[in-house]
Amino acid sequence: MTNYLAKRAGQMVLTLFLIVTLTFFLVQAQPGDYATFYALNPDLPAEVRAQIKESFGLDKPLWEQYLIHMKNTFTGNFGVSFGHFPRPVIEVLAERLPRTAVLFLTATAASFYIGFFLGKAIAWRRGGVLEYAATISGATLFTAFTPAFGLMMIWIFAFKLGWLPVGKFLDPLVWRGAEVSANHVFSYMLVTAAAFVVFAFLVLFLFRRSGRIGRAPWVAPVIVAGALAIPVAWAFSDLGYLALDILRHMILPIVTLTLISFAGTMLLTRNSMLETMREDYVMAARAKGLPEKVVRDRHAARNALLPVVTSLVYSLIFAIDGSVIIEAVFSWPGTGMTLLDAVRSEDLPLVMGAMMFIGLFSLLAHVIVDVLYVYLDPRIRYQ
Amino acid sequence: MINPHHDQHAVIGEPPGIPEPPFVDLHPGRSQMAMARARLALRSFRSGWAIFVESRIGLLSLATIVLFALMAISHPILMVTVWDAEVYDPVTGYAFDRFEHPSPPNWKHPLGTDPLGRDVLSQLLSSTRSEFVLGITAALVTVGIATTVGAVAAYYGGLVDALFMRLADLIIALPGISLLIVLSALFKLNLFYLALIIGLLGGFGGTAIILKSQALSIRVKPYIEAARVAGGGHFHIIFVHIIPNLLPLSLLYMMFTVTGAIFAEAVLSFLGLLDLRMSWGIMIHTANTGGYLLGGTRYWWLIVPASASITFLCSAFYLVGRALDEVVNPRLRRHHG
Repeated sequence: MTNYLAKRAGQMVLTLFLIVTLTFFLVQAQPGDYATFYALNPDLPAEVRAQIKESFGLDKPLWEQYLIHMKNTFTGNFGVSFGHFPRPVIEVLAERLPRTAVLFLTATAASFYIGFFLGKAIAWRRGGVLEYAATISGATLFTAFTPAFGLMMIWIFAFKLGWLPVGKFLDPLVWRGAEVSANHVFSYMLVTAAAFVVFAFLVLFLFRRSGRIGRAPWVAPVIVAGALAIPVAWAFSDLGYLALDILRHMILPIVTLTLISFAGTMLLTRNSMLETMREDYVMAARAKGLPEKVVRDRHAARNALLPVVTSLVYSLIFAIDGSVIIEAVFSWPGTGMTLLDAVRSEDLPLVMGAMMFIGLFSLLAHVIVDVLYVYLDPRIRYQ
Repeated sequence: MINPHHDQHAVIGEPPGIPEPPFVDLHPGRSQMAMARARLALRSFRSGWAIFVESRIGLLSLATIVLFALMAISHPILMVTVWDAEVYDPVTGYAFDRFEHPSPPNWKHPLGTDPLGRDVLSQLLSSTRSEFVLGITAALVTVGIATTVGAVAAYYGGLVDALFMRLADLIIALPGISLLIVLSALFKLNLFYLALIIGLLGGFGGTAIILKSQALSIRVKPYIEAARVAGGGHFHIIFVHIIPNLLPLSLLYMMFTVTGAIFAEAVLSFLGLLDLRMSWGIMIHTANTGGYLLGGTRYWWLIVPASASITFLCSAFYLVGRALDEVVNPRLRRHHG
């Protein structure tokens, strides 16, 4: 297992290396010249220009530039953004990365759970109304034109019904008197969410192996109580109303991203379930007289999960791309929107930095899937 | 006692009623082979079609694709016969007969006009053609590359296999839309380059892995061994014996590629990053930059036709792919075939 993970980690580093190489040579291959692009930018004062020229080695031959670029990238020096001028690229990205991470992780977790649950159900009862409804609506949402769907959601929930804000990260009117920065509050929110996830997993994990089928009856109430304690705790702090504002802005993008991405998992689970349901051990479980629900969840679905997790990589990439689009539509200031703005204003250092981080993001997603796979498949664990 | 009048041959000879055994030619000619192949192909097509027809969703989606194809064909015909190019050209036309734009649907402009006074129906129909061109080009490039790469990697194994598969792993890890956004910043992307890039990414990426795993199971079939014993070269075996057997699965992944290509084009056009004349994405982009999208239902003809077309065509190709999946993969069928 350690071997397996080490091997995968080695591949990740190699892939990251290749992504950096690819972006470097793509920028080199564009019409015009990266060096002149930097050197002739009239917005930059002469001393900054000289400094950049030196730090990027723009007067040196290509291979040397490449090495310098590589070194700069892996030491976290992405240069200075043209669009946000005095700020270095890494600072702009560090501010925006958590926002994308939250959007992406929440939506992915939700869509995976919903997709798996529905896929399981429609495979078990084939040919029912649920199957047709879920397949058609899922496939429609999956292939729906994401920007138009996002705008429709905004129009319904923000514009017509007025329940949620139209877009962006926060409401300036609420924040006018606030003495803390949005990122400060947001990082507290992240810590809370992470703590809750750890708590829930601990509760589930500690009381899972009680030797019985199904969970102890009080596990769910404990988790729900933990979930309820969070808003109460926030309400007593003076940052509560600010957190609520950010939360209100988060709901619509997350729901939209979940809706467009759950169908992939659902249809895959359905296929995988249909294949497992023909296996002999499912018949054996039935013959033993186990309840239908246990056969479905413990015997069929548990084994149907493996191929779904394998191709979770695809759905993660789909969700990363989806979150770029969603960020653009909802003006959510994360990495994707940064990439798009940088592309539009030809802010090349920021483009390369953002692409690098999106690549890094997808690689991290791969690592998570690998760890999950090791956990789920004992054949790999005990190798 | 031996009866001399009794002819032995007559005893063993053909009793009446049993027909002569059919003539089996062990060395069939080329044309006969082709005939036999064609008959086999027709038969497998018929049995496949019977399974495909069972899936009502698949049939409906196929009808949708045909409908869109008819739309694509109808545009040049309408432009030549009924529509005046000055009014109805999807890019340069201007509807002189209306005073304000965007104007709602009327008899002369069944889907109204856009903010620049151009006929929406004409834009919609002319875009359909370019979506088909894009989707099919991308799908052909993807499947052409993926089938060859998959067959070659599975056949040779070893270093070739490792090289192609690591490359595929790398491409899978790249978020496609984000990469295309970056590319559009650096280069001018038109329809052809877009199709080519999507095709290359798909062909060397995930599709190659799937087709390779299928090719692996074909490689160990007895007829490959037989072909090798009969003296078939590597090239012959790959292109005559492995690739034709990969084609059903290739067709399936063509469908998924078309969906991906049309979707990617629409998103990039919507963000205003492509160098195209007209497309569904550009139609929505035009409406969005004019600020008509949050008008909701008031300006529905600016957004509903284009985005519904994207959704329907994408999901039609996707669902036809799903239905084909049931034809290709017997384990998904409702009844054992």
